[in-house]
Amino acid sequence: MDWLTTVDHKKIAVLYLLGGTLFFGIGGIEAIIIRLQLIKPMNDLVSAQTFNELITMHGTTMIFLGVMPIIFALMNALIPLQIGARDVAFPFLNSLGFWTFLFGGLLLNLSWFMGGAPDAGWTAYTPLSGTKFSTTHGVDFYTVGLQLAGLGTLIGGINFLATIITMRAPGMSFMRMPMFTWTTFITSAMILFAFPAITVGLVLLTFDRILGANFFDVAGGGNPILWQHIFWIFGHPEVYVLILPAFGIISEVIPTFARKRLFGYSSMVFATILIAFLGFMVWAHHMFTTGLGPVANALFSISTMLIAVPTGIKIFNWMFTMWGGQVRFTSANLFAVGFIPTFTMGGITGVMLASAPADFQFHDTYFVVAHFHYVIVGGLVFGLFAGLHFWWPKMFGRMLNETIGKWTFWTFAIGFHMTFFVQHFLGLLGMQRRVFTYLPNQGFDTMNLVSTLGAILMGIGVMLFLFNAFHSFTKPKGVANDPWEDGRTLEWSIPSPPPEYNFKQIPLVRGLDAFWKEKMAGHQEMTPAEPVGSIHMPSPTILPFVMSVGIFIAGLGLMFSGEQFSNSFMSFIFNNWIVCGLGLLITFGSMVLRSLFDDHGWHIELEELEEEGV
Amino acid sequence: MMKWWQPVKRILPMLAVFSLLLAGCGREDLSVLRPQGPVAQGQYDLMKLSISIMVVVLLVVFVIAGYVMIKFRRRPGQTEIPEQVEGNFKLEIIWTVIPLILVLVLAVPTVREVFAFANDHSDDKNAVHVKVTSHQYWWEFDYPQYDIKTAQDLIIPTNKDIAFELKTVDVIHSFWVPSLSGKMDTNPDGTLNKFSFSTAKEGVYLGKCAEFCGTSHGLMEFKVKAVSEDAFDAWVASMKAPVEPIADQALALTFKNQCLSCHAIGDQGGSAGPNLTGIGSRETVASILLNAEGSQGGDPVVDNLKEWLHDPQSVKPGNKMPAPKDLGLTDEEIDGIAEYLANSTLK
Repeated sequence: MDWLTTVDHKKIAVLYLLGGTLFFGIGGIEAIIIRLQLIKPMNDLVSAQTFNELITMHGTTMIFLGVMPIIFALMNALIPLQIGARDVAFPFLNSLGFWTFLFGGLLLNLSWFMGGAPDAGWTAYTPLSGTKFSTTHGVDFYTVGLQLAGLGTLIGGINFLATIITMRAPGMSFMRMPMFTWTTFITSAMILFAFPAITVGLVLLTFDRILGANFFDVAGGGNPILWQHIFWIFGHPEVYVLILPAFGIISEVIPTFARKRLFGYSSMVFATILIAFLGFMVWAHHMFTTGLGPVANALFSISTMLIAVPTGIKIFNWMFTMWGGQVRFTSANLFAVGFIPTFTMGGITGVMLASAPADFQFHDTYFVVAHFHYVIVGGLVFGLFAGLHFWWPKMFGRMLNETIGKWTFWTFAIGFHMTFFVQHFLGLLGMQRRVFTYLPNQGFDTMNLVSTLGAILMGIGVMLFLFNAFHSFTKPKGVANDPWEDGRTLEWSIPSPPPEYNFKQIPLVRGLDAFWKEKMAGHQEMTPAEPVGSIHMPSPTILPFVMSVGIFIAGLGLMFSGEQFSNSFMSFIFNNWIVCGLGLLITFGSMVLRSLFDDHGWHIELEELEEEGV
Repeated sequence: MMKWWQPVKRILPMLAVFSLLLAGCGREDLSVLRPQGPVAQGQYDLMKLSISIMVVVLLVVFVIAGYVMIKFRRRPGQTEIPEQVEGNFKLEIIWTVIPLILVLVLAVPTVREVFAFANDHSDDKNAVHVKVTSHQYWWEFDYPQYDIKTAQDLIIPTNKDIAFELKTVDVIHSFWVPSLSGKMDTNPDGTLNKFSFSTAKEGVYLGKCAEFCGTSHGLMEFKVKAVSEDAFDAWVASMKAPVEPIADQALALTFKNQCLSCHAIGDQGGSAGPNLTGIGSRETVASILLNAEGSQGGDPVVDNLKEWLHDPQSVKPGNKMPAPKDLGLTDEEIDGIAEYLANSTLK
């Protein structure tokens, strides 16, 4: 019950981590089945229809329900700590964001048990995703489920923007913020601009499918290419929403384990902003073969190539952070330094893809599959593993086992390169993506086998990490405030795990890498910016959970509003919009409750603080 | 002396594996790395340029990363604090300007090729015009200049520009012959795509659908058969020659009622399904069952036709053809039609 009502950012972080891990596991199992189906030509492990559902759900799950929540987990756990705040700006909304994400994800995955998962690819291109060609409720689950999950992301993004703008500790100017806070800030701004696009797109597609509208139907005056534009205007920035936080994590882990400040901090900030800006200008590079004409193709080619410049700045800055330092290869740092060459390879194929005429050959082949897995797995997932190994002691007060951590890295990294490196060549040899099988003797057989074996090795790596995580909970709590000894930012100046109120006294920030600066000046802890006093805390509440249950019910009601059930009672309540209305009533009712009854929260008094002996 | 040799020793076997992979390069009739026409060649040249630039970048990153990881490890007992370097203006300018130059080097030929590729042959009298229409999950090829329609096997003359006009009747597909040209989507009416390619070399090239289009997306293949101009003219003539009807009257009637409502053969029949004229001489049945009569080798066409007609869904899941059995055809009738079609070859 405590966990259902919590509004504490650290507990919500744990919830996000659990939710994300659950869906990451589901997406991973889907990936393994996909690879097993492709292990040999003309394999019949799964049917064509099941395969299409698997690839659709694998992409959707991993992007929206797997890595996003784990990113949000780290952001939630750390942003208030890194900027010296006691919580996020809107704790209630923070909890609401988590629950809408979770129920959106559950709704999407219910499709496996309710007559067929979405099967039109994670991009859901129309007209394939229309009712005429995708006849099950699969795509309805996709539109409604993602709508809910996206709501959670949007709420979270706005919350982080407000938190970072308004709640920084005294002395923490923007140019003194840790890089992870910076990338979270920019990422949240991107969410704010990108997610409304997918929201609109999903609404239009829902209208087309459930209410019989014609936005994407040529016969009714619509245009299917419109969907591609809407999807990628969201979809391309989304790639940077994913990768920028990873950049932030790498920029925290490498300086800590090199014992050096980040090389070229201001150029890193500038590069981050530039990447975000350019990220919005390049969506049509996903559509070179759609037939936009040479002028559009040329412009989008060049703008896409330009992203290589700020990304290159970052890569070189990381390497020069290590130059002249004392690099320690902990498992967190192994993932961080492993990130550099791996992500560079993904970036390089990105520039190759940006050249439109060459892309006519690369597009929709395994070359592209290899490219974006190098970016998202080789970049983001490496970054997340680095971040989790790095901040685990701060979040849970327990260390992860270093030996298992190193095994995790090596199995995962080797498995990863085995899986995806050969896929570049598969694409060049003519294997298109999203095929459920292929004829023998086309030169694809051996490489597909290697790829599948690599995927299994990656799976073992993930299992090792999970084992490590469980294993750490068998040990008692009790790591030092600064377990890596070279912590640079504010979160390392407080106990692990942090108390409910984070900082007994809000710290005074006197420069970049605030805690490192104090340590160099010979202090053990931060100089406080305020006297010890009673601390205001928000009250726990069940309302966000209830509200999310409400929209979950409304979503189901909407999807099945036109369905003829064998049971007449079911038909009655669904076809007359009673279920949908009931769900909305629960949600809006909760909103009314929230508005009418003022909750002023509570205080941790001075005496209690002293009793705890902090 | 030993030190610099170590990494080289490690890289050498990797390079050997690399060159083996690249020397393989896949099948001549399928691989992007073995272009057989000017359009694919132009795209391949651009790929070679971009990969060369990028491999150089990659090597620089690998070398620097490897160097710092080895050189600046923390040694036991090392406790002093390294100098906290803020950055280096000159270095940062260098790694901003160099990538900009590299991007420029790649951007210029890219733009040139983009416009070269958009070269429109749709009004070219010397070109062979082909209207490609994609269906779930087969390809229709219409030659308006010759008033011929065919399916699955696209016959083209060598040394001539083939001007394509692409459209789809259902979902979006993508027309791709890797060794002759990059792909182009087939959109519904209103946004038709045009492009062209040519080849000087006779042969059969493998074509694929590259845009995800439903259950049998992976099986939606086709063949491009490049033949000499004389052979092409002969093919046109034989496509227009009258087709021998089925000898057995009863079977002929069944065939007419049950098959020709969708399929055409010669001058008879409808256009909802693939045109069957000369199906006995095609490379494949249903694009996925290779024929022994074709250039790729496989089972006899008659066996493939029987397999297909007895259970179309198991060969190509989700296709729109009703199973002949469900239409009331007996096994004998199905076999009879398969044999008739297998013998319906082009001279």
